[in-house]
Amino acid sequence: MTSENTTRNTATVYVPRDAAARSVGADEVAQQLELAPIEGGFGVDVVRNGSRGLLWLEPLVEVVTPEGRIGYGPVTPEDVPGLLAAGMLDGADHPLRLGPVDQLPWLARQNRVTFARVGVTDPLSPEDYEAHGGLQGLRAALEMEPADVVTEVTDSGLRGRGGAGFPAGIKWKTVLDCADELKFICCNADEGDSGTFADRMVMEGDPFLLIEGMTIAAHAVGAREGYLYIRSEYPDAIATMNTAIDIARGRGWLGAGILGSSLDFDLHIRVGAGAYICGEETSMLESLEGKRGMVRAKPPIPAIEGLFGRPTVVNNVLTLTTVPVVLADGAKAYQDLGVGRSRGTQVFQLAGNIKRGGIVETAFGITLRELIEDYGGGTLSGRPARAVQVGGPLGAYLPEARFDLPMDYEALAEAGAMLGHGGVVVFDDTVDMAAQARFAMEFCAEESCGKCTPCRVGSVRGVEVIDRIVAGEQQDENLALLEDLCELMTDGSLCAMGGLTPMPVRSALAHFADDFVGRGDRRLLEIHPVQRGNTRTEGQA
Amino acid sequence: MTEGGSIMTTSGTDVSVESVVRRAAAAHRGERGALLPVLHAVQAELGCVPQEAIPVLADEFNLSRADIHGVVTFYHDFRREPAGRSTVRICRAEACQALGADRLLSHVRESGLTLGETSTDGGVTVEQVFCLGNCALGPSVEANGRLHGRVTPARLGAILNGTV
Repeated sequence: MTSENTTRNTATVYVPRDAAARSVGADEVAQQLELAPIEGGFGVDVVRNGSRGLLWLEPLVEVVTPEGRIGYGPVTPEDVPGLLAAGMLDGADHPLRLGPVDQLPWLARQNRVTFARVGVTDPLSPEDYEAHGGLQGLRAALEMEPADVVTEVTDSGLRGRGGAGFPAGIKWKTVLDCADELKFICCNADEGDSGTFADRMVMEGDPFLLIEGMTIAAHAVGAREGYLYIRSEYPDAIATMNTAIDIARGRGWLGAGILGSSLDFDLHIRVGAGAYICGEETSMLESLEGKRGMVRAKPPIPAIEGLFGRPTVVNNVLTLTTVPVVLADGAKAYQDLGVGRSRGTQVFQLAGNIKRGGIVETAFGITLRELIEDYGGGTLSGRPARAVQVGGPLGAYLPEARFDLPMDYEALAEAGAMLGHGGVVVFDDTVDMAAQARFAMEFCAEESCGKCTPCRVGSVRGVEVIDRIVAGEQQDENLALLEDLCELMTDGSLCAMGGLTPMPVRSALAHFADDFVGRGDRRLLEIHPVQRGNTRTEGQA
Repeated sequence: MTEGGSIMTTSGTDVSVESVVRRAAAAHRGERGALLPVLHAVQAELGCVPQEAIPVLADEFNLSRADIHGVVTFYHDFRREPAGRSTVRICRAEACQALGADRLLSHVRESGLTLGETSTDGGVTVEQVFCLGNCALGPSVEANGRLHGRVTPARLGAILNGTV
């Protein structure tokens, strides 16, 4: 249904079905186009694609023309009659015309590997998927011995895209080497970090890719069951994945004897219930088992004793959606991208106060400044960018002076920061960094699973100490106390929730100390108090 | 799973709650670790997970009431009583903060509403949420399952009034 027009009786128009595009009116635009009066013999065939990731242009409407797909955006429902009258269906000129979408510099400069199909195809068309290279990775894998698939993934240098950056192949090999009959593939789609939305976009924009990646993992390690844990905040992704799984089963892409091979693998979706901590892999496993999402102490590692005590591959969406490409094109092609020990591409997500926010997939090594200024076009407010939080709510705040850092795992770690899931959140010069540090502690207090004391209690004390510093009470003593608390949380917490919360706090202190001790006007203490969700303490009794 | 254990009922309303829970549990029987899907199903039907559901769930899953209670109260999504007729969730995560989520919270306060509570007429429940995955088009608000991007205080007002 998405092939180029052969006759000119029908114009094919793409309007994204991505949640971000829908949040700014894509459904209404699609509806307007579907109801458009037919003139000159034209009918309009509206295809709901994923988003290309140029989110400031959403809703981005693309029209198939002999010159390629011509974009118009951002299109409001009110713009539609005028666009049609101007001859949009022929790709005619209009103030909103962007030209051929593939040639937009923002997109053309990227190196899309994982996101190659997102926004291009109809996400729920299996024909489209295969026509654009889908299943090549799985077909290649099924021709190989499991151990060779694992070797290929190891050789590619693919590291977990969930944040920790652990080599995927090594994790898979551990699971493969376990003798258990029952093993699991778990995909962590609990993308709770602020500033990250790549998992959501790939699930909504190319769901078969995730199914293919999980199936390759199943073949590689000898698993027959898979779980996809999606956060409840992503209803569109849940719906799309559910439909895609049904379609895949109907086509023999899931179930018994996949693609005529001896591989049996089926996949189940589990919906989270609003707990940030369940993005931590062991918490996610507890949640999948129907328990409170309390972190587990490691060892044992999940690869050996994971879901229901069985060997389990736990990978992030972006890790698993990169696997098919590695298998289709070979380890070397992927390995050739990137810098140092950060191989391949990273999917950066530009967010917050930024003019051109969205998905930038490019080889590792790009600098923060290139992302923010060249791609992002600076802040949305037009004011100077003052701080950027990289790697989610547990990541560091970096000042403008650090914008030339290359984006790779090691360079960031050296700078006291982390890449995490590739989120880049920009703040302009109106930001109060003491307030942001306080929020980091507040968020930890709200979302801690409660199992270990440094995280559960330390975060509450952290809020109090920051309040005292800002209020000017015994600042030196309280700053020393805050540093001591951060050290304790870093060293003493069971998982990254408490262990990394000091990262935004310490970086805010290191780079923006004036905000804590120097400013006269304080809005910090007036900030809306965090709502106590349910009666969490009862559950922890 | 226990075999047909009898359930203690304490009030007349337990019957319908019990039947809802039993049905939800039956629909997910055979699934591994199915407590969360069952809780979601119960909440979808009843609007919350009421106290009366706890002993029935304990029986279905062969767990203690304390275990079930612990799970229900751990997750933000599960309510103990139904929300208002509409639910509006405002994103308070960093990316939306960078785009003025605080102004939306001020608007909520000025409207006489309290975050985390239902309005006195039962019309609207306003809550905070940490990240709706719309971080490049914030501030974001979700209202009755519908996501809104680039929300201004005026637009939030229209959302709260149910006119958007």
